[in-house]
Amino acid sequence: MEERELRAMIGQVRTGRMSRRHFVQTMVGLGLTAPLAAQMLGSAGVAGAQTKATPFNPTKRGGGGNLKTLWWQAPTLLNPHFAVGTKEQDACRIFYEPLVSYDPEGNLFPVLAASVPSLQNGLLAKDGRSVVWKLKPGVAWHDGKPFTADDIVFNWEFATDPATAATTSGTYADIEKVDKIDAHTVRLHFKKPTPFWADPFCGVRGLIIPKHLFEAYKGAKSREAPNNLKAVGTGAFKFVDFKPGDIVRAELNPNYHVPNRPFFDTMEMKGGGDAVSAARAVMQTGEYDYAWNMQVEDEILKRFEQGGRGRADISIGGNMEHIQLNNTDPWKEVDGERSSIKTTHPFLTDPAVRQALNLLVDRTSVQEEIYGRTAIVTANFLNAPERFRSKNTKWEFSVDKANAILDAAGWKRGADGIRAKDGKKLKMVYQTSINAPRQKNQQIVKQACAKAGIDIEIKAITASVYFSSDPANPDTYTHFYTDIQMYTTTQIMPDPQDFMLQHTPWEIASKENKWQGRNITRWRSEEYGRLYKAAEAELDPVKRAALFIQMNDLLIKNVVVIPVAWRPRVAAISNKLRNAVQSGWDSDFWYLPFWHKEA
Amino acid sequence: MSRYLLRRLLIAIPVLAGISLVLFTILALAPGDPLGEAATNANVPPEIQARIREQFGLNDPLPIRYARWFTAMVKGDWGYSFVSRVDVGTLILQRLPTTLFVLGSAQLLGLLVALPIGVYSAMRPYSVFDQIATTFAFIGFSLPTFFTGILFILFFSIYLDWLPFIYRADISATGWRWYWEHARQAVMPVAVLGLFQGASLTRYIRSSVLEVIRLDYINTARAKGLSEKTTILKHVVRNALIPVVTLVALQIPAIFTGAVITEQIFRVPGIGSLLITSILANDTPVIMAITFVFSGLVVLFNLIADLLYGWLDPRISYR
Repeated sequence: MEERELRAMIGQVRTGRMSRRHFVQTMVGLGLTAPLAAQMLGSAGVAGAQTKATPFNPTKRGGGGNLKTLWWQAPTLLNPHFAVGTKEQDACRIFYEPLVSYDPEGNLFPVLAASVPSLQNGLLAKDGRSVVWKLKPGVAWHDGKPFTADDIVFNWEFATDPATAATTSGTYADIEKVDKIDAHTVRLHFKKPTPFWADPFCGVRGLIIPKHLFEAYKGAKSREAPNNLKAVGTGAFKFVDFKPGDIVRAELNPNYHVPNRPFFDTMEMKGGGDAVSAARAVMQTGEYDYAWNMQVEDEILKRFEQGGRGRADISIGGNMEHIQLNNTDPWKEVDGERSSIKTTHPFLTDPAVRQALNLLVDRTSVQEEIYGRTAIVTANFLNAPERFRSKNTKWEFSVDKANAILDAAGWKRGADGIRAKDGKKLKMVYQTSINAPRQKNQQIVKQACAKAGIDIEIKAITASVYFSSDPANPDTYTHFYTDIQMYTTTQIMPDPQDFMLQHTPWEIASKENKWQGRNITRWRSEEYGRLYKAAEAELDPVKRAALFIQMNDLLIKNVVVIPVAWRPRVAAISNKLRNAVQSGWDSDFWYLPFWHKEA
Repeated sequence: MSRYLLRRLLIAIPVLAGISLVLFTILALAPGDPLGEAATNANVPPEIQARIREQFGLNDPLPIRYARWFTAMVKGDWGYSFVSRVDVGTLILQRLPTTLFVLGSAQLLGLLVALPIGVYSAMRPYSVFDQIATTFAFIGFSLPTFFTGILFILFFSIYLDWLPFIYRADISATGWRWYWEHARQAVMPVAVLGLFQGASLTRYIRSSVLEVIRLDYINTARAKGLSEKTTILKHVVRNALIPVVTLVALQIPAIFTGAVITEQIFRVPGIGSLLITSILANDTPVIMAITFVFSGLVVLFNLIADLLYGWLDPRISYR
């Protein structure tokens, strides 16, 4: 889709001919993120929408009793700058807050910011090199100290100090300096023009910790800070107790900066166990009010829902289950590494084979047989650009067409039914992590491929090995020592730039970079790299989105990856719990102060 | 006696050092690293992962890492957890009370069930009571705890809706309610573990009592007119208990290290669940501390069992 078409669509939203929601969904389908879509609308002067929630206007704080939430992985610490997984980020989000959160449609929802910067209100520099944040006045930390611009400056210093080894350092790396303008105003200077400025201090990676408690623990001493386990934030709930790997308890903050919130007097986040019993505790016995990340088969969720105590809540984020095709030869060792970029794959570089494989992934069966409501098969990510041009292409599953393509390309069936050409047989190893739905998925693909004369050998690796970053282990997904592999790539970053980085030619994973390069398929496209560089410097959100869509288009046209299904976030929510709005772009607790419960 | 004790304690030192070396090597050879979770999290870019790995000293060669761990451990420093960045000792002490309570109660329940049943079965072998007890004992130790645990949850929590199946270490209630809540949530895990252990203990006690009860000196005791009660309690049970004491003494270390599976099912925040999450996260210092404490306890309780033999059977002497 061209920039012109995007502009036309934005125009339709402005005049009300297209719903805002539909626009955001279309953009997400094109591989963009909701926050970027919202930014496009914002730049065109379409006002941000209010977060949808049922009306509930309490006249006082509290009175809601205890809120019980369940995470089947337990948080291990309460410092957002050390949070490794979502479980820690969520636990931190109870106490700590960012300047803005991302709502389900990617709008910026002010939390500690007094207003959202934009070109119109002059807080955003035209050259994209700086942004001014005005802080909400009168906000106090839980210990009574005021929240000021000094805290913002400190968080940037804390996270970027290499000795701190903060997991958030990537978010703050592009900031050249943070200027304190007055007690409640800061200016962020970026090292280069930054089209997507709503990342540092925003969303789940932008939680802000108090300077007065962490000042003495910057750098190498950061581990010793007693407040790593005892959060003092600005959030709706105050810290009561934390047992690493077990439970977080909190109580109402009587001085919370949003009037008459929160509703609950106390809350707890219990960790550990497994997803199925967590779903059961919310939906079947009603012991808990909310449970995170229900990686449970839809059939089981439906059965639990019949109990009438809870429901599965599905929110779209950026998780995509996809199959990657190796561009290099995984079976030939060159200079001590396989899948070296000095080799090319014997047959996966043939476009006909790639097209055939694309036709052999039966996405409908994958959804119906495996994931149910917990996966969404979108033709969009794959073919939307074409659809908008020609209106006749959709992804499809067709063994006949795959056979025809392979026949035409000269791949002849041998005596054993397996196709071959120039002595090369279409035999592939297909790896993924051990996970029941994935193994079923492998079977579906294997069966279809067998019908088309492609022989697939299935390989499954324990998740803790497959996803590890151990350079010595050949079975990790970044080594990619097989022909094809499948996993879910997460696009939790609010901006697609980082996501798109994983196909750039300079990011190829290799022995040299200890397989830390992001480009795992080892696909090399100068054109893609050029588009990426252009997008990096493009300040107009609409033009930038058009560039991302073009990049995405390249990926699909060349079958670099085969998308299988979007995996939305699924939470189990008690039927009595209201306003527990979930955003695929932020923490489960982004809207926590507004949650309430019916008697 | 004291020379024997000293000799045993001295032998324990190289044994423990050897154990720690083997444990450390196996952990280092196991795939994955503490940043495995970060690898799939786009929030943590690879270069930051590399830097953190550097800071944790994971890039150093194995002998250096082991030497560093060992010297610190000798000085009493167990290191800190890579995932929660907390001292390992704190982490373990936090979990210990729960584990001691749940596992201790289970062990006690097992003994309380097994002792009378085992002794009574042996007194009347092949009676109806013995047959029934044997059948249940076999069922008891054939069913794994992960199965009985889920069965209990389905029946008592889901079907009857009587008991909570999520264990909480800190209950906010006070007074009687606090005890009541604790008892209610502990019933299922304690029963699952206790009955499992009770089942095998019953068989042990039965067979060792059976062995003793046929011996001549028991007939003598009966012949000289001692009451049945005195004969059983003073002569039979005391002698029959020697192998049982070994078994129980060897199980006590397990009380400290928790029950991995049962703790996971009921979400009991004990040492077992700490161990399993640490293993999954490749959190070497925590795994090392728990397994090392465990091996230390095994060595210690072996020694205690040996000493107890002497008390139960004065014919055993120490040299």
